[in-house]
Amino acid sequence: MLEIRDIKKNFGELQVLKGVDLDVEKGDVVAILGPSGSGKTTFLRCINFLETTDQGTMVFDGESFDMSRMSKKDIARIRRKTAFVFQNFNLFLNKTALENVTEGLVTARRIPKAQAEETGRKALDKVGLSDRWNYYPHQLSGGQQQRVAIARALATEPEIIFFDEPTSALDPELIGEVLEVMRELAQEGMTMLVVTHEMNFARNVSTRVIFMENGNVVEAGSSRDFFENPKAERTREFLRLVNV
Amino acid sequence: MINERLYGILLDSFWKILLPGLKVTIPLTVISFSLAMVIAVVMALIQFANIRVLKQLARFYIWVIRGTPLLVQLYVIFFGLPKVGIVLDPFPSAVIVFSLNEGAYGAEIIRAALEAVPRGQMEAGYCVGMSYLQIMRRIVLPQALRTAFPSLSNSLIAMVKDTSLAANITVTEMFMATQRIVARTYEPLALYCEVGLIYLMFSTVLTRLQHIGEKKLSFYISSK
Repeated sequence: MLEIRDIKKNFGELQVLKGVDLDVEKGDVVAILGPSGSGKTTFLRCINFLETTDQGTMVFDGESFDMSRMSKKDIARIRRKTAFVFQNFNLFLNKTALENVTEGLVTARRIPKAQAEETGRKALDKVGLSDRWNYYPHQLSGGQQQRVAIARALATEPEIIFFDEPTSALDPELIGEVLEVMRELAQEGMTMLVVTHEMNFARNVSTRVIFMENGNVVEAGSSRDFFENPKAERTREFLRLVNV
Repeated sequence: MINERLYGILLDSFWKILLPGLKVTIPLTVISFSLAMVIAVVMALIQFANIRVLKQLARFYIWVIRGTPLLVQLYVIFFGLPKVGIVLDPFPSAVIVFSLNEGAYGAEIIRAALEAVPRGQMEAGYCVGMSYLQIMRRIVLPQALRTAFPSLSNSLIAMVKDTSLAANITVTEMFMATQRIVARTYEPLALYCEVGLIYLMFSTVLTRLQHIGEKKLSFYISSK
């Protein structure tokens, strides 16, 4: 469904992505692991065009794109089929939970308000927040805010959802509720690409793992192989240090 | 010290001062400030969106206006422009100067407020398919205006008082009305204090409105 070939990206002199590949099939849950500064977040942001890319090709739903030369129109077209969940939630602070979910539907997709609200309520229900629909972000806990953000992603009925360290900004006690929602989505067959430090999630929920360091992919494979038969020495060291 | 004559003068002049206040000072302020806000939002957006040539023009305009006295600007427009054949009535001259002047200051206030809105919300907007303009209109500007509101209220209150400078270009607003009564009655202390009190009255009303406005705009950060 999504194929990335040879993404390269520089920030000034620093090359943060040195030719990264990725293949995602429908229903895959791909965990992107790696130490801080390995380029995993940049990689995810490039895939959704939140960062420009210096080189690389993308095949999405059978259509091929040169990632270094994307037109606004193509970006918009691809984004209609994707959704993004941020580390810091990035909810619209002047909108209620429900409005956060419906905003894009009403403005970008021109769905009538009543219909958008129905979709929005269903999405909020799915993340267990239907009773908080009229709360503003600052009235919600971090975990609740992130669940609203997931509902916002779901409401657009994406083919794939990108998660950028979705639990890294949360209190330890609130991480579970977010991971639980993500686990349910995975079980329902949602295609997900997740940059994370949650080893248990990577091990038990994700189907595949990509391990990155210094802008390169060190190891990629099924989740089971990665954790039980890691091939690269660097992977073994990483797994030893994070105690799994 | 307050004898019957002075009391009569103060009472009599109160309406004579207040009336030009209602008929000139307030309309001058309202019209100028409204125009200034349009200018300010446009100038702020041009800078925020980093539109190349326009941004230079905006910076130039702000540089000139903020770097020269309001009184000089009034003189240039009203007494200066007729030299090149542009003759404007006092009131429109004042409106032009006050709106251009406040527009420059307001632009900086709004630009700072725009930059204070957490940038991640724009990215989130893009990711749900919204366009730049949709994001600005529905997400960023409303939050920026909330941030800018107290400073803009300050500017509005300042402008009410600054309109007294329009007396210099023969706009018969409150201050000029007072000067005329002083010239007739020779009671400068009492009358200038009186007009001061009327300005204070106007400012007090605006301060109240500011509090109400701030509460309304803060709906999304007040606690439940």
